[in-house]
Amino acid sequence: MKTRKRSNAPIFWGLFGAGGMLAALFGPMLVFITGVAIPLGLLLPAGTMSYPKMLAFAQNFIGKGFIFAVISLFLWHAAHRIFHSLHEIGIHAGFGAKLLTYGVALIGTVVSAVVLLRVGF
Amino acid sequence: MSKRRPYVRPMGGWWKKNPFYVEYMVHESTALFVAAYAITLLVGLVRLGQGEAAWNGWLEAMKSPLSIVAHLAFLVAIAYHAFTWFKLFPLTMPPIIVNGKKLEPEVVVGSGWTAAILAALALLGIVWRIAA
Amino acid sequence: MVPLVKRQTRKGKHPMSEQKIIEIEVLRYKPESDQAPHSEVYKVPFTDDMSVLQGVQYIKDNFDGSLTFRWSCRMAICGSCGMMINGIPKLSCESFLRDYYPNRITVEALANFPIEKDLVVDLSGFIEKLEAIQPYIIPKEPRTLEQGEYIQTPEQFSQYIQFTSCINCTLCYAACPQVGLNPDFIGPAAMALLHRYNMDSRDGGQAQRMELVASEEGVYNCSAVGYCSEVCPKHVDPGNAVNVNKINAAKDYFLRFLSPKGGAQ
Repeated sequence: MKTRKRSNAPIFWGLFGAGGMLAALFGPMLVFITGVAIPLGLLLPAGTMSYPKMLAFAQNFIGKGFIFAVISLFLWHAAHRIFHSLHEIGIHAGFGAKLLTYGVALIGTVVSAVVLLRVGF
Repeated sequence: MSKRRPYVRPMGGWWKKNPFYVEYMVHESTALFVAAYAITLLVGLVRLGQGEAAWNGWLEAMKSPLSIVAHLAFLVAIAYHAFTWFKLFPLTMPPIIVNGKKLEPEVVVGSGWTAAILAALALLGIVWRIAA
Repeated sequence: MVPLVKRQTRKGKHPMSEQKIIEIEVLRYKPESDQAPHSEVYKVPFTDDMSVLQGVQYIKDNFDGSLTFRWSCRMAICGSCGMMINGIPKLSCESFLRDYYPNRITVEALANFPIEKDLVVDLSGFIEKLEAIQPYIIPKEPRTLEQGEYIQTPEQFSQYIQFTSCINCTLCYAACPQVGLNPDFIGPAAMALLHRYNMDSRDGGQAQRMELVASEEGVYNCSAVGYCSEVCPKHVDPGNAVNVNKINAAKDYFLRFLSPKGGAQ
């Protein structure tokens, strides 16, 4: 019988799924808050995203976790989908495609982890 | 000698051949917007780590018309991602059995959309509470 | 007697001169002489009760006896007459010419398979995949005749019955771009059959089948396009079988160290 190689996809597929779920539940509202409501001064109190408030949020254990989950999982979700799409339009799973997708997600994950650790607790 | 010579058709442009595939490619491409938004937030986080002046610079940049337009595009794309994410649940998730009967696909999808709306409102509420 | 009279008058109003003619464009390929497939258009007279399969048969009987295609039952159960009709995988026996008239229809061999000749595709890869999933009940433990038959409750039966409806028509393979992009992908119908056995209360072969499910030819080639389930003429929902097994394979991947019960290496 043919021996088959186990796929490592569950790791990337799992991250894709987690990020997709997070983006589906909170993505639209997050974009609205950070990219529309706050810049235009709509709806939310002034200073909602002021430096002291955001720093305190990033220093809070739950806040830290939320920021890290959103940035890293969104990136892994997007990386997995874009990697597949490249394959689908004929750019096949080479090192370059992996670097461009999963590589960026990995860098983003490391950078956000470092910043979140350095802002203190 | 065998006269067999199976012909393999090329796959180039396959996704343009059927509206179903076009929609698939559209919802897959929402990933580009998710990535762009995540990178925007990542830049914001880095600026936050650099101190108050850097953070205020990022907040200011978010007010530029270009940024507003980009975020409106992210909003549409990520909302479409949410819409299609739950629409695919009957395909991607194990069937849910209630009282010995498989839950109808419409119920599964509807529950997903409802959860997304509630999650969004909860997030807005929590941000409001923290800010106030 | 009244209906018979009525029918005769109706016939009188529509004489044979009003015979409708539909254009059928067929993708032809002769491996002995052609480098690549090419289209030929045939003008086929038809009646409202004629299927696309009958249209193709008309071409073979009246215009070109070398036109090659598979068919058998003419009633959507043998699964052999699948074709791309206007680019959509369909059973040609249950697609009707009247639904396309007066437009021209295009008929092509099922997508994502190599074309053997005209409308006949090479199914050998698909047959190998069907064999590879171990499509038979693998008992949990040896059982003697004295132990009697297996008892199965309606609820246990309902777990897998849907996946037994597959007629191996391969429309789902023709609908799946991932099969076209990677012909080694195990694909929807084979996964539906695999799932049918895994979900059977009499079967204990899930761990043995996991090697294939979790492999590089396995379920993770699927990107949830979902068109396979859309075109399935028997509502098997092969796409769900594939996707549920992504979850099973992920559990196996992460939990294999906790329960060493097989799976791929």
